[in-house]
Amino acid sequence: MSALETGAERADPVLRMQGITKRFGSVTANEDISFSLHKGEVIALLGENGAGKTTLMNILFGQYSADKGVVEAFGTPLPAGAPRAALDAGVGMVHQHFTLADNLTVWENIALGTQELGAFSLRPARVKAKTRDLSARFHLTVDPDARVGALTVGERQRVEILKALYREAKVLILDEPTAVLTPQETDALFATLREAISMGLSIVFISHKLHEVMAIAHRVLVLRHGRLVAEREIGDTNAEELASIMVGGEVRAPEVPALPAGPALLTLTGATAGVLQDVDLTLNAGQITGIAGVSGNGQGALSDLISGVLTLQSGEMQIAGQTPTHWDARTAIAHGVGRIPEDRHKAGTIADFDLTENAILETYQTDFSRAGWMDWTKARRHTEHLIQTYDVRCPGPDTPIRLLSGGNMQKLILGRVLEENPQIIVANQPVRGLDIGAVNYVHSRLAAARESGSAILLISEDLDEIMKLSDKIHVISEGRLSPAFLRGALSVAEIGKWMAGQGFAHAS
Amino acid sequence: MELLDILLSASFWAAAIRIASPLIFATIGELICERAGVLNLGIEGIMVAGAFAGWISVWAGLPLWGGVAVALIVGMAFGLLHSVLSVPFGLSQHVVGVGITLLATSVTFYTYRVVLPEVSSPPKIEAFQPFEIPLFSDIPLLGPALFSQTPLTYAAFVMAGLTAFVLFRTPLGLAVRAAGENPSAVAAQGLSVTAIRMGAVIVGSGLMAVGGAFLTMSAFDSFFFDMVGGRGWICIALVVFGAWRPGKALLGAILFAAFDALQIRVQQASLGTVIPYQIFLMMPYVLSILALVLMSRSAQVPAALMVPFNKGTR
Repeated sequence: MSALETGAERADPVLRMQGITKRFGSVTANEDISFSLHKGEVIALLGENGAGKTTLMNILFGQYSADKGVVEAFGTPLPAGAPRAALDAGVGMVHQHFTLADNLTVWENIALGTQELGAFSLRPARVKAKTRDLSARFHLTVDPDARVGALTVGERQRVEILKALYREAKVLILDEPTAVLTPQETDALFATLREAISMGLSIVFISHKLHEVMAIAHRVLVLRHGRLVAEREIGDTNAEELASIMVGGEVRAPEVPALPAGPALLTLTGATAGVLQDVDLTLNAGQITGIAGVSGNGQGALSDLISGVLTLQSGEMQIAGQTPTHWDARTAIAHGVGRIPEDRHKAGTIADFDLTENAILETYQTDFSRAGWMDWTKARRHTEHLIQTYDVRCPGPDTPIRLLSGGNMQKLILGRVLEENPQIIVANQPVRGLDIGAVNYVHSRLAAARESGSAILLISEDLDEIMKLSDKIHVISEGRLSPAFLRGALSVAEIGKWMAGQGFAHAS
Repeated sequence: MELLDILLSASFWAAAIRIASPLIFATIGELICERAGVLNLGIEGIMVAGAFAGWISVWAGLPLWGGVAVALIVGMAFGLLHSVLSVPFGLSQHVVGVGITLLATSVTFYTYRVVLPEVSSPPKIEAFQPFEIPLFSDIPLLGPALFSQTPLTYAAFVMAGLTAFVLFRTPLGLAVRAAGENPSAVAAQGLSVTAIRMGAVIVGSGLMAVGGAFLTMSAFDSFFFDMVGGRGWICIALVVFGAWRPGKALLGAILFAAFDALQIRVQQASLGTVIPYQIFLMMPYVLSILALVLMSRSAQVPAALMVPFNKGTR
């Protein structure tokens, strides 16, 4: 009955995609996808990484051209592969990776491409006035004269939205807009979006976070492996149903009950290094210590410090009660520090090396060489063992690691670390970009390592991940670390305040 | 004191401005390329080609401004070649640039031998003469230094001002700067990064060639091998020195030229009899390196300089 009602009520769609198909080589990114968007409506596009959401939106926005299918805005077909046409038709996109020039000011970024290239003046006063006006109307506070590089991530996103509004976009496409925001910034974004809807704009909201989709969308489309597998009115569904449609089966996340602390394996007292200021931290055996915070607040420095890549400027570090005289990456490995680096492509693996070479990067000198000669037979056996034990799907140990998917690459890194029975594990964003299956796998392995007595430092931007796995939680903000809180002791809102830097005593 | 006398003489500053002129053209040309995100190492060769093309056209009968136009077109042609290889094909800008320099230099020498097979010394042309701007040229010191130069020198200063205006005050300039900072931002606004970058390289290369032509048509009246003599590489450094800003780059060019003019005069002064002249020859370069170290610390490098942009890749 609701279908009848809505069908009669709704005017012509502002946006329609019909039968969109796109292939990259042998990979089908989108297969026969159709939907339409109406005035004042928010539809959510839900799906795991690689489900085809971003490809679909890039086709809509003219950055890719579809192999088959039609895109219509306000009843007029859009030519394929022409972002300009989409912009002119009133479609604005807020990209996941911002398309801003850091060294230019806010108003210059907004003005870019909005004026005739042959014009003799940029009319800065006019651009700034209109920007201020839009800022006020949509609660998007930002200084038009600020250099974009000096803004926070949340502010940059506001600039991206302002760019679209400045061009009088009637349809906003937001690609994973909350991935980089604190909970408070997310609330502010949602307030802005509700304001926009009330002014008659329509929104496509791309996400894989179910509670956000439930909070903002009217209708949700679920993509899986490039196909549109379900379409639901938000009132007719719930988060559990959407999750199982999204992954194509029951989702069973590992249960990780909180554990009491074992002996302290690593303590930092008043540690100052890189951007870190006066950090106190204890990693206990048999516990996961979570570090919440928006990325770029010192997480990298913290994991580098413990991994032996960064040296202390002041303060003290103790490993199992002893102060090491000397701390670098090699001694860290020797002291049983296992490292799952933030960027598996840059710091975790060497792309053109095969699986075997990557698997023994940390141990080739100690375990896989004899009298200066490599023992490749042993190395390959070890790699085959890792492939089996950690379920790395790959053609074999001789495959270059760059050919593996992110999930399988991460499983190999996980195996490389866990096989050494590390005392301390530094896991920096261990599941970023992985699909739910791989996420659950990595989490259950980390939980198992915890039970066997490892002290684990879990750094993540995803608050849900931190709150689900950690026995105790610190929040990091601008290089400072909050005190430890037991799991459940802090609400999301309170953590958000710490993330925004409130609560820290002002350093003199 | 001798040094003070030199620094206060109008002829010294007139020489400095004259020496600076080709550097200003070529530095502004390079700056335009780099602002759009393309390092143009073809500069040295393009200056050689421009020096020859302008001079030989005038020798063959074109008017002086016709020669400048020919140099400009030859420079733009090499710019087109550079930009096709470096922008849509995305080849290494280092390799393309050095290749263009080698190609332009050798094509120039080859053409010289083909056109003038039998000469032992190159023919002279009637070069640009100084043009005194009424009233202004009567100002003491500044007058003879700034306002009694050849028309091409005035053109160099006008070009620097015009470039600054276009880069910072017009939508086109904003698009060029954005292409050098974050090409995705340009593409997301529906503008063509390829067209903007190619255009910048072509225009910039044209200016480099005019800088070369200044040597044969205004500073001297003939063409010699090696007459560009590394000025192109100096201009690359001047762009960094000027922090990618036309005004500062212009001052940098004048500063370098002043050192150059100074060393010639100091050699002839009494000091020159005590210290070997090679020390003085080194002076502009040593001082440039020092100035570069001091100035370039605060410089904002265009973030996407030397980063090829391919639409559709992530």
